[in-house]
Amino acid sequence: MRRRTTAVAGSLLLLTVTGCGAADMTKQASPFANAQGSKTVNLSVQSWVGAQANVAVVQYLLEHELGYRVDTVQVDEVPAWDALSQGRVDALLEDWGHPEQEQRYVKDKKTITRAGDLGVTGHIGWYVPTYFAKQHPDVTNWKNLNKYAEQFRTPESGGKGQLMDGSPSYVTNDKALVQNLKLDYQVVFAGSEAAQITQMRQFAKEKKPFLTYWYSPQWLFKKVPMTEVKLPAYKEGCDADPEKVACAYPHTPLQKYLNTDFAKNGGKAAAFLKKFKWSTEDQNEVSLLIADQKMTPEEAAKKWVDSHESTWKAWLS
Amino acid sequence: MATVTAPVPRIALPGVLKHRAVHKLLLLALAAAVLVPLANARWASGSWPDALTVDLTDPLTRTSDWIIDNRDSHPLFLYFFGHVSNAVVLSVRAVYLVLLAAGWAGVTAFAGLVAWRVAGVRLALGTAAAFLACGLLGMWVPTMQTLALMVVAVLASVVVGAVLGLAAGLSDRMDRILRPVLDTMQVLPAFAYLLPVVLVFGIGVPAAVLATVVYAAPPMARLTSLGLRGADKEVLEAVESLGSTARQRLLTARIPLARKELLLGLNQTIMMALSMAVIASVIGAGGLGDRVYQALASVDVGAALAAGIPIVLLAVVLDRVTGAAGDGTPGAGRSGRAQWAYALGATLVVAVAARLLGRLDWPDAWVLNIAEPVNRAVDWMTAHLYSGVPVVGGTADWAGHFTTWVLDPVRDGLQGLPWWSVLLIVAALAWVIGTWQTALTAVLAMATIGVLGVWKPSLDTLSQVLAAVAVTLVLGFAIGITAARSDRFERLLRPVLDVFQTMPQFVYLIPVVALFGVGRAPAVAAAVVYALPAVVRITTQGLRQVDQAAMESARSLGATSGQQIRQVQLPLARPALLLAVNQGVVLVLAVVIIGGLVGGGALGYDVVFGLAQGDLATGLVAGAAIVCLGLMLDRVTQPTERRAKKGA
Repeated sequence: MRRRTTAVAGSLLLLTVTGCGAADMTKQASPFANAQGSKTVNLSVQSWVGAQANVAVVQYLLEHELGYRVDTVQVDEVPAWDALSQGRVDALLEDWGHPEQEQRYVKDKKTITRAGDLGVTGHIGWYVPTYFAKQHPDVTNWKNLNKYAEQFRTPESGGKGQLMDGSPSYVTNDKALVQNLKLDYQVVFAGSEAAQITQMRQFAKEKKPFLTYWYSPQWLFKKVPMTEVKLPAYKEGCDADPEKVACAYPHTPLQKYLNTDFAKNGGKAAAFLKKFKWSTEDQNEVSLLIADQKMTPEEAAKKWVDSHESTWKAWLS
Repeated sequence: MATVTAPVPRIALPGVLKHRAVHKLLLLALAAAVLVPLANARWASGSWPDALTVDLTDPLTRTSDWIIDNRDSHPLFLYFFGHVSNAVVLSVRAVYLVLLAAGWAGVTAFAGLVAWRVAGVRLALGTAAAFLACGLLGMWVPTMQTLALMVVAVLASVVVGAVLGLAAGLSDRMDRILRPVLDTMQVLPAFAYLLPVVLVFGIGVPAAVLATVVYAAPPMARLTSLGLRGADKEVLEAVESLGSTARQRLLTARIPLARKELLLGLNQTIMMALSMAVIASVIGAGGLGDRVYQALASVDVGAALAAGIPIVLLAVVLDRVTGAAGDGTPGAGRSGRAQWAYALGATLVVAVAARLLGRLDWPDAWVLNIAEPVNRAVDWMTAHLYSGVPVVGGTADWAGHFTTWVLDPVRDGLQGLPWWSVLLIVAALAWVIGTWQTALTAVLAMATIGVLGVWKPSLDTLSQVLAAVAVTLVLGFAIGITAARSDRFERLLRPVLDVFQTMPQFVYLIPVVALFGVGRAPAVAAAVVYALPAVVRITTQGLRQVDQAAMESARSLGATSGQQIRQVQLPLARPALLLAVNQGVVLVLAVVIIGGLVGGGALGYDVVFGLAQGDLATGLVAGAAIVCLGLMLDRVTQPTERRAKKGA
């Protein structure tokens, strides 16, 4: 009975809403938003823990200080731009630089608005575990990497040394770098960051040598200390042609982006997200609580919020 | 998700088969003798010749750009896809709000009462317990989100499936057109569907629901058609002689007679949709799947399990309840209706009571944290098994050896073979086991892979599939034979199989990395774990259905139990074993693709890359190659009898 009435009511509703006129998909929000009559903010979480830390703290403050409901959805970097442009999510809190998408959505279509720095500077590079770098100090220069290829070999790297890369969604030039720097290495994609971290911890437990694509800020450095391998220095524009890259990765000030409509009409939530800015140490603290101590993001955020009142009060004013 | 819908076919006489097989092979050899020198002279290369590939990168990139640029302005999107998407959002939302309004007590009571009416007291208690367990794990809201999505997706799949099934069941021509399409859709790995749907609908619930419908509708269509065609001819004639119209015949006789198949179709659709619920989290489905996915990102197996268990519970409950509805007798008229009314009334009372008590949300205090103990167990396991175990070596060493001694040689061997010989092998295998049509489909599928320019990665994936299938079959047959001989073992095994079969594949990924490191070995391991239950189940069933008289006479002739198995049971259960191989191959392929997330590389990586980077060119080509690979593997392992019998 009840189901039938809902079905009838539902289909009537559908008819009235969809019966005529155009339906712009880009104006449709998530069906789970705004349930139970409260204002909802949709945040995209990327798969790495630093991004989870941003979202956890923002979510905690939105819910407990501003009275919003927050829904999060995990999306990879490039699709997140897409979702942001369509209004499926309202904010993207940590972007590592996607010039092509920025051109398309921020400059041309104006569906996405910049919301300033996150306050954290990101850097991608090649790393070896510190215990290995201490025994072999010269491994930290790329010119000597070929000497150690033998030691970095695994069953997956087929006779060459293994350079482990993470998720396919991350910014990487590693294949081109290996080729252009004439290194005797094979790039092996772990396929996801989770798999990469699991493998690195497993190697570290046995004190085995490994060479990996990694980035900072990252909580794993606290658990597995790693030293960066120097690549040829980064110069503006040296990574313009993806095929010919032969230089290190830049230092990127991470950016926040908001959906344009949300930025205009998002009220207190939008104002708060524009002001949200914290340091690398803060982010790492929360990340470590989540990923290493296995706290839920909410508990971790609460712990941080309770002890950093002056920092977050400024975002709300 | 047991797709064991094929009826057990009769056994071909070995002598005839042998004769026919030799015949076919001779013909094939003849064709090869003519064609191979030609092909070899024209395109002499080991791998697929470049001259025969078509590069789709440019047109696909242009298509993708066009869609992104016109998504918010072109009439096609505004007046068609927009409405579809809108309808999905609104209906999911409606269901979700109803579920929230009913509160946890109302939903649990309703589910329990429905189960009670349909399937009896024991299942009702089980259902209620399952829902309470979801709340206890702290997953009530995500469970409701997934449930809302599932309700809409399953309803849509059932409608689409039933319409297609009616068409195929009533018209022979439609049946001929639809059969191969449905057959194909059933073997496709879910991962291959995601990218095109995302491109059109964007990340989010509409894309997830539509991908689920595409994945879950085929079984409903197949079984509807099967049910309509299988109706008792005599009953139909009797109805016809009463002078009823075609429509009356359909509504009063053919559909009621097909009830069992229809309910089985519903059951399978629900199972497929649930298994998709997690995979769809990659494209923003939200709910439980998203929790699993997020937990795995922080390498938190415990939390992933806490979100995975509700999925398993939902699956088991829905499977049993719909299964019972299929077996049970139709509801008994008036008294049945009165009891339904009571059930609904009781639900309302409970829901209102909960609302008045202010207990609509699941109370936070009643949440049990299982993540921590699970993680501790996983840590212990990986710490003690990874390496340095005396005598047998650690799991990492096994993985290394498996990669070096099995995966590498198979891959290099396949990639080293001249391209035409791969086609020949495929043709020979498919023809000997199936008909010339299956052989032709298989060869064309394989050739398409070459034309798409992903020959090498496809053979890499194929090598992983072959290795995983080999391991799965050895283990599966061994366990299956043991289970068929011991009732007690089978009873112990059943719940384990249920859980492994419904557990979202993603949950396996992190533990296998912890045990086997990053690479192809963990992908293979995950595939084996996932495919094993189906193989064990079909093997056990097949062996148990072997004629008892034959077993009895073997025993009376003094055959040892080894002889009984080898010379009586296995040969007689041959069709079931072939079906097990077929199912094993299809399931293994699905997980090997997901293995792209743990370093499996090859096609799986390309699909993941395409999704992650929004790169249609890479993702769609890899997706198409997976489709072809799935088609080829299915046809190569598909016994003739299966198709012949199904046409009935």
